[in-house]
Amino acid sequence: MIDVKYSIIQIALMAGLTALIRFSPFMLFPEGRKRPAFITYLGKVLPYAIIGMLVIYCFKDISFASYPHGLPAIIAGVAVVLLHVWKGNTLLSVFGGTAFYMILINFIFK
Amino acid sequence: MKTSFKHAFKASLPVFAGYIALGIGFGVLLESKGYSILWAGLMALTMYSGSLQYAAVDFMSGGATLITTAVMTVFIQARHFFYGFSLLDRYKGMGGAKPYMIFGLTDETYSLVCTGDAPKGTDKKKYFLFLTMLNQSYWIAGCMIGAFLGSVLPFELKGVDYAMTALFIVIFVDQWKSQKNHIPAIIGVLSTVVCLLIFGSESFIIPSMAVITVVFAIFRKKLEKEESKND
Repeated sequence: MIDVKYSIIQIALMAGLTALIRFSPFMLFPEGRKRPAFITYLGKVLPYAIIGMLVIYCFKDISFASYPHGLPAIIAGVAVVLLHVWKGNTLLSVFGGTAFYMILINFIFK
Repeated sequence: MKTSFKHAFKASLPVFAGYIALGIGFGVLLESKGYSILWAGLMALTMYSGSLQYAAVDFMSGGATLITTAVMTVFIQARHFFYGFSLLDRYKGMGGAKPYMIFGLTDETYSLVCTGDAPKGTDKKKYFLFLTMLNQSYWIAGCMIGAFLGSVLPFELKGVDYAMTALFIVIFVDQWKSQKNHIPAIIGVLSTVVCLLIFGSESFIIPSMAVITVVFAIFRKKLEKEESKND
């Protein structure tokens, strides 16, 4: 049986903490207040590092030791890069790469 | 208004595919533990986080203590702490919509708003707001559909969630092409890979963030010189 009250408390806790984490940079450095130059510098360089971090994050659960050794995700990833460098169309790259990945895992690397 | 919405809708399409697929996956999982569609909707509305909601299914069905729930939440969500820093200026003057836009800063929304301004001809405020709202509406829809259909899904969605990975790769490539200085991107990738190898897939994000910050601090002089060349 679901403990309705306890589940709701848990959801409220998780939602509250998530919001707090997302809000904290804005609370630490509110609009109109001067902020340290280091923070402005971080704000400029971080997006490039974070997207790199997120790409790796997507591959974190791949097991290279066992079949299919992460090959579908890696091959599809290379395909996305090539397609995007070639055509430069975000939608084409994302949907083309996803379709390719689905073919790989459902038909090739079964 | 119309142009802003159109542009935001177009930009949100990759997220549409990923969120519907990931949302359905979550809804199915949640329903299998006895939680109905309303729970799925409530969680998508208030928590709005894929990785945390998946973990939350275990916390809730397993009756995890509040301490465990809180600590795990901080661990899983820590990376979001980084996101605001690059949006302090971009989200300035957004007025009443600003709290919602900050609340809605998921990985995917952040990746769409962190580089590049709103497209030409759009109202910046509306564009970013629409983008945030559209993304969350896809997420809520996906989660609720999944919980509604439960385990009787008539079709196979295996692999659709790769759209998220593909989106991050595409944004990485776009950023790479737009910048002469690739050091920040390389720092992000290398630090994360090293921390993943050392700390494992469960707990590498916080160390990665720390390493990235420290490395940026060390190379600040050099990188600021490069940045000014880029401008």
